[in-house]
Amino acid sequence: MTDATMDRGSADSGPMRAADGTPLKRSLARSLRMQKIRALALVLPLLIFVLVTFLAPIFDMLFRSVENRIVEDTLPATVVALQDWNPDQDELPPEDVFRAVYFDLFLAAEAKKHTRLGTRLNYEMPGISSLFRGSGRAMDDVAKDQVEAIEDTDKKAWRDGAFWYSILGGDAGQAEIEEARSRFIALQGESARGPVGQSWCAVRGVLGAPCAVAPNRTDLKFGLSPEAMALLPRTSRQYAEFGVFAVLEDGDVLQEEDPWEAVYVAMALDLTDPAIAPRIASYTGPGAEQLQAAAAAVATLPAINFKDAMAAVDEEWLDPEVWRTIKVNSGRYTSGYFLNAADLKLGSDGVEVRPENERIYIMLFKRTLIMSLIITGTCIVLGYPVAWLLANLPSRRANLMMILVLLPFWTSLLVRTSAWKVMLQQHGVVNDTLVWLGIVGETGRLALINNQTGTIIAMTHILLPFMILPLYSVMQTIPPSYLRAAKSLGANDWTAFWRVYFPQSVPGIGAGSILVFILAIGYYITPELVGGTTGTFISNRIAYHISNSLNWGLAAALGTILLVAVLVLYWAYDRIVGIDNVKLGG
Amino acid sequence: MSFVTDTFRPSPRFTVGLVAAFGALAGLFMGNAQGSLLFGIVAGAVLGAVVGLGALALAEGKFPVSRAAARWAIVILFAAAGYAIAGLASAVVAGLAGCFFGWFATWIANGTYRRGLAPYLTPRQVLWYYTFRVIVWSILIFLITPILVVMPLSFNAQDFFTFTPEMLALKAEGFSLKHYHDFFYNPDWQQALWNSLAIAPAATVLSVAFGTLAAIGLSQPHVPFRQTIMAILISPMIVPLIISAAGMYFFYSRIGLQGTYVGVVLAHAALGIPFVIITVTATLVGFDRSLTRAASSLGANPVTTFFRVQMPLILPGVISGGLFAFITSFDEVVVVLFVGSASQKTLPWQMFIGLREQISPTILAVATVLVAISIVLLTVVELLRRRSERLRGMSPG
Repeated sequence: MTDATMDRGSADSGPMRAADGTPLKRSLARSLRMQKIRALALVLPLLIFVLVTFLAPIFDMLFRSVENRIVEDTLPATVVALQDWNPDQDELPPEDVFRAVYFDLFLAAEAKKHTRLGTRLNYEMPGISSLFRGSGRAMDDVAKDQVEAIEDTDKKAWRDGAFWYSILGGDAGQAEIEEARSRFIALQGESARGPVGQSWCAVRGVLGAPCAVAPNRTDLKFGLSPEAMALLPRTSRQYAEFGVFAVLEDGDVLQEEDPWEAVYVAMALDLTDPAIAPRIASYTGPGAEQLQAAAAAVATLPAINFKDAMAAVDEEWLDPEVWRTIKVNSGRYTSGYFLNAADLKLGSDGVEVRPENERIYIMLFKRTLIMSLIITGTCIVLGYPVAWLLANLPSRRANLMMILVLLPFWTSLLVRTSAWKVMLQQHGVVNDTLVWLGIVGETGRLALINNQTGTIIAMTHILLPFMILPLYSVMQTIPPSYLRAAKSLGANDWTAFWRVYFPQSVPGIGAGSILVFILAIGYYITPELVGGTTGTFISNRIAYHISNSLNWGLAAALGTILLVAVLVLYWAYDRIVGIDNVKLGG
Repeated sequence: MSFVTDTFRPSPRFTVGLVAAFGALAGLFMGNAQGSLLFGIVAGAVLGAVVGLGALALAEGKFPVSRAAARWAIVILFAAAGYAIAGLASAVVAGLAGCFFGWFATWIANGTYRRGLAPYLTPRQVLWYYTFRVIVWSILIFLITPILVVMPLSFNAQDFFTFTPEMLALKAEGFSLKHYHDFFYNPDWQQALWNSLAIAPAATVLSVAFGTLAAIGLSQPHVPFRQTIMAILISPMIVPLIISAAGMYFFYSRIGLQGTYVGVVLAHAALGIPFVIITVTATLVGFDRSLTRAASSLGANPVTTFFRVQMPLILPGVISGGLFAFITSFDEVVVVLFVGSASQKTLPWQMFIGLREQISPTILAVATVLVAISIVLLTVVELLRRRSERLRGMSPG
């Protein structure tokens, strides 16, 4: 207390001070900062919650609309080999591309992921998926002669996993094995689990849904021999890929497994390589005798021609268009989904329009837009008189009317949709009444459902309260004396309404229209149930691509376009009405 | 001024003509339905004219009966005639018609329709005044028809989605509770009901707990980035459900939450948060901050202050926000369709399947139950809103 009085006494000589002696300015700033921190601390839990449960999914969707790892993940060596090939010339890629595609496709077929790639590329080149599906099955038979020749030299030895491991296995080659492992993880479409993923798995363990062991954390229990890696480089690489697959996918032990055909083919390539052949002859390590015999057997056969082998699998591999499609779509990111969403595609000379029979999205966007506008329009026409009467009746009767508006607003969306579905049927209540009154004949029953009429009627009904409530809150603020003043100055009823009342109610129309429009363009349930085929919206197409056609990239691209449209409208709504002024239930 | 309108009487010709015209209109529909158009119009017009004349005589005091008694007499006459022609159902229809015509004729003949209107209004303005009200009430009827139609149809004894002749004839065998029985005993529906009742409260608790805290934080005087935070927190309400559902499906399957109970609860909690934020922030606008300061100055710590002073005052807002969050989750179908799996099938999901695939009339019974629940919730919210406004002195009474 004495300090404070002293400070006050000396205030004229320095800055004003708070009770504890700090300058008042700093003390105030600190308390302001404390207030800000406290406010943020209260908001923070929810902010994090919304970021994780809501915004992260939205960003994930945005990311998926451009993500395109699948081509590179499934055909990594092919993508690298294709880099030097010029797609504009009408010629086939060189032999090494065909060799790369054989080994890539072999692994993909074993992992059963080749059809997934076919589906992806089919979006760009219709018909290509059957090529991948068919080729995957035939990969085992490529270079069959060489495989059998090697095996025939010593069936007992070559069919023994331990024998293979004695030649190719060892304690080295960690880098090669890790490369094979990351390739396997990419091919499986799984993500390597880092520290965040590990802690998330701990949380899931507590929640009762533990994760499987991550493939990047499994002990593979094998290595490669350095001598074999130097002597048989291709074989060692294929053996490592086989080993990773055998351990992670099948849960086997590599030392007991006879490798798959691709390793034989790689060995045939190594043994016939002129640079390696002399070193085989002087090789004295494990299995030297069998290797030399195999080299002799393979040498009698013609060299493997992968181009012919792939052509034998499917003639289509000789179509440059196939290679062009693979090359054009091999990037990690693609604009393909967005182009598809706009009925375009990426051809060899840039963006081009899709053929007539594949164009649907522009039409769907247009339909969504036009029908939403019609629904907004009917909502204005039906909502304006109701809101006017609500705002101009004495409050007791207005409350009664308000209940009639709020009751449907509070009723489950599905209840209202099912009611319309029931009422609008061919033999529903509406048609039955019309027939009974003789307005339409028994044969001339109106088709009110499973078309655009059904969607418009049901959605107008569902969204009408969203128009009435903002209109009502604006109209309540318009003094009725203005209309009387206008009339006393000689305006007739119409002029008084149109020139005096209506302009003041325009903000309400604006707010209600944007609200109804935003809700309408994203509607899914009602068009799905009463829209049939002609009354569906773009959102129904998004749902179809997620759960039926499984073209998630296209679904994400369509969703992104819709989201941008809604956000623009949201921004406009915020400018006109302000999000703080959103009112619920009157 | 008032005695001018009180003594207003329209001309007899106007009264009789108008009631006869309405009679003719009703006769037009009836005649059309029965297959004899002309007879219907003529009979309707004659009947209308007779009722109009009667009302006129009544208004001039020629009958020594009260107006109510006269109206009842017309209702009974109409109903009896209807019963004589085609039984109970048509007696009800005819009785209703009698009710309308009796009221309408006396209303016109006595000039009651002019009472309460400004005396200087021209006939055209009066006509517009009533036409406008008829239009508005037809729109309101359009708004509630689906609900009114679903309720009686849910008692249908047949598996039809329209009124059967038995129902229209008001025969007891036309009605049954079998669809309700199906709802309460069918394991599919019961499973769906229990899932809904398990998911919605959990989601509500999450949104209310986080949302109330955040709303209190946001209503502090100095909040940095207030607009941005508000926009983020409201966004689940603005982003179309199909987009939220798609994003959540992709993201939750990445982190292993797709098809789990936890995933659905988290998703629904996110969707409910904007409603809690909006209602609680609205309540806090009228909150007197000096109350918390008074509590702290009397020695209460922040937690005590919150639970003993602030919470009781903002409770109505919190509860109605919670109800909104509850109904959001309870009604939600798009997100659960994607984020959930068959074992998290909720009531709306089951209804959606029922509507899309094997359209079963049990849906109507479920719909009626849901309408009843909405009415209860709406009443609670409305009462809370009024109480909160009264407490804050924003509205009289």
